[in-house]
Amino acid sequence: MISVGHYLAVSAVLFTLGVLGIFINRKNIIVILMAIELILLAVNINLVAFSAALGDLVGQVFSMFVLTVAAGEAAIGLAILVIYFRGRGTIAVDDANRMKG
Amino acid sequence: MIQLFAFYLFATIVIASAAMVIFARNPVHSVMWLILAFFNAAGLMLLAGAEFIAMLLVIVYVGAVAVLFLFVVMMLDIDFAELRAGFVRYLPLGALVAIILAAELVFAVGAWSAGGVDLASRAAPVVSDKSNIQQIGELLYTRYIFLFEAAGIVLLVAMIGAIVLTHRTRGGVRAQNIAKQNRRRPEDATRLVDPGVGQGMEL
Repeated sequence: MISVGHYLAVSAVLFTLGVLGIFINRKNIIVILMAIELILLAVNINLVAFSAALGDLVGQVFSMFVLTVAAGEAAIGLAILVIYFRGRGTIAVDDANRMKG
Repeated sequence: MIQLFAFYLFATIVIASAAMVIFARNPVHSVMWLILAFFNAAGLMLLAGAEFIAMLLVIVYVGAVAVLFLFVVMMLDIDFAELRAGFVRYLPLGALVAIILAAELVFAVGAWSAGGVDLASRAAPVVSDKSNIQQIGELLYTRYIFLFEAAGIVLLVAMIGAIVLTHRTRGGVRAQNIAKQNRRRPEDATRLVDPGVGQGMEL
């Protein structure tokens, strides 16, 4: 039978893959955004798994809010990416030091 | 039995496609693998009984977010080969961080399954005679109505922000300005001249 541990293992692997993706694709900000989506997906799987295991619906409601924030973050991130590309002609994040922050 | 088989199928594909997202050479392929990962994650959530979240995942992630990624990847003319540089250089550090993180997660799961964490009461227990969507709707529109509206405001701000950021007015384009056309009066635009016979007129 499927236990909550199975789901936790899957989401742990997904989360780790997302973090690894941020590290190894350091220059390509599009893949970094996709890796962030993977991390949020892992969080959603965790919330849903615990919601099912504990018989409590709040996890699924909060999973919806996480999804909302993920969609907004993708939209804003890609918009920033588009205007950055328009100004610089590249999306390499190593060059993003214009503000000297 | 069939549930277990379906779980392992979905779990294997979601992990494999997530690995392909971060290892693929072409970001267009990454987006395609991301879509596959989302579909299989939706399958996992269906197995857990969260039908509404599964459908939401397909609609929102595959229908909106992944298509948005695809548009951006294909509309920008990017030299992806140059962006691949440093892939091997960052691999050891990234793998180290990932292994440490995975060990910590396994440790946390082990500690949790060893017992001890037990919620005293359920915030919103599942009622068996209602469908998943109906229960979520009743919860969302009563107890979490303010959070729901706050989520709507987040989406509104994200939409306005994305439009404001990417909108630009082009110079040198002869676009129609209707307000300017309507403001135009005959006395401003024309003048009456009465040249004498045999004389030209200056325009």
